[in-house]
Amino acid sequence: MKKILTIFVITVISQVFTLNTYAGSDDTVEIKSKVKEQSTEVKDCFETINRGIFAFNQGLDKIFFKPIAKGYRYLPKPIRSGTSNALSNLTNVVTIPNNILQGQLKEAGLNTLRFSINSTLGIAGIFDVASYYGLNKLEKEDYGQTLGTWGVKEGCYFVLPVLGPTTVRDTIGSIANFGGGDAWYNVTVANDTKYFEDSDYYYSRLTAGVDFRAKNLEAFNSLENNSIDLYASVRSLYLQDRKRKILNSDETTETMNDDDWEEIDTQ
Amino acid sequence: MIKVKIFSFLFLILFSFDKSIAKEPSVLIAEIVNEASIILSSSDPVESKIIKLNNIAETNVDIEGIGMYTLGNYRKSLNEDEKIKYNKLFKSYFLKSFSSRLVDYSDPKISVVSEKKINEKYTIVNTILEETSKNPEIRIDWRIYTKNPNRPLIRDLVVEGLSLARTQKEEFKSIIQNNDGDINYLFRSLEEFIIK
Repeated sequence: MKKILTIFVITVISQVFTLNTYAGSDDTVEIKSKVKEQSTEVKDCFETINRGIFAFNQGLDKIFFKPIAKGYRYLPKPIRSGTSNALSNLTNVVTIPNNILQGQLKEAGLNTLRFSINSTLGIAGIFDVASYYGLNKLEKEDYGQTLGTWGVKEGCYFVLPVLGPTTVRDTIGSIANFGGGDAWYNVTVANDTKYFEDSDYYYSRLTAGVDFRAKNLEAFNSLENNSIDLYASVRSLYLQDRKRKILNSDETTETMNDDDWEEIDTQ
Repeated sequence: MIKVKIFSFLFLILFSFDKSIAKEPSVLIAEIVNEASIILSSSDPVESKIIKLNNIAETNVDIEGIGMYTLGNYRKSLNEDEKIKYNKLFKSYFLKSFSSRLVDYSDPKISVVSEKKINEKYTIVNTILEETSKNPEIRIDWRIYTKNPNRPLIRDLVVEGLSLARTQKEEFKSIIQNNDGDINYLFRSLEEFIIK
């Protein structure tokens, strides 16, 4: 198993460093980098296969996630909020090390404080007591974002069964979680502690998925009903979202390439 | 002398009139949001709501500009006939998509937070769609085309940092590329969406 994992990691890493040679080909999605102010392109390497997996995921969503998410919506709001808060609190154990790796020491301190307060006074994160004390929720960070801030390119865009859209860089980031980078995974699955079971981790991940889906029911419906190529829309949205998160910017003008708009004159 | 006076008077009127109709982008958004909110919360039938929402869009959105942006580099290779056909199809597509997205909301509460002028041509207006029992708070930025300050027009909506125009552009690009660069496949896809 270890051997297979090693081969996979090496293959994926080698892709990251070779994929830039694809830049400039036709079948690409253009993304502009703020840092270098030049166009980079993300290649959809196995589009035919990706579209197949995407269709499979859509089917899975239709028969599994969507109905569960709809049912979840019927739960009283305090239960949904409490669940969402507790899951969000857990993500701090990945966000804090990534804050440090990205040099965001102030954010690391604030998130540590938030995590400590909410895990204790907030009863395992169910109540967001920290926000009550003025420590507002910050953006989540992950290892994929950290690699992005370090200048690692996206590599290929692809779609994973069940998990959905990703890039080579983001997949490497996710693998880091299982290699010791996620304290929640470490205390549930990786190490045999008497406090938690493996299932705690998997249930939390599943619930996070359902919670996310429930929050976005209308948005997903709207996207499905109004897209003429849903696969391409989801790909675009995923890449835009990752780019914005890596730039850690809310400024529309910093994340959008204005060149094309400047050319269009209708007045 | 009388001619000079009349000219000065007319100039003054024109100047003050020009000032009075110049609209701040954030005011434009506040007005549109208010107007849409009244329509959506009314007891009118859906068809009537759609007609009214489309009227707002036709007046305040630069549909032709968005259409050209959405086409990306392909806009440069269109001949006149194709351009006319595309503009017509895109307008129908846009209005159908616009009203069907909005009509799901019964009474959206959007408040203008701030605005930032990028240059003479563009201003970004930042708004917040308030949290409901179903949905969390959503940040929406509006890209306003202000080349003619008397008639600012909406060119893009950026929802939580995700540009709708950009998404549409990449969608169109994908359709054209996957069909050997033939623009007619895009026309066909748009036609199918419109009659759906």
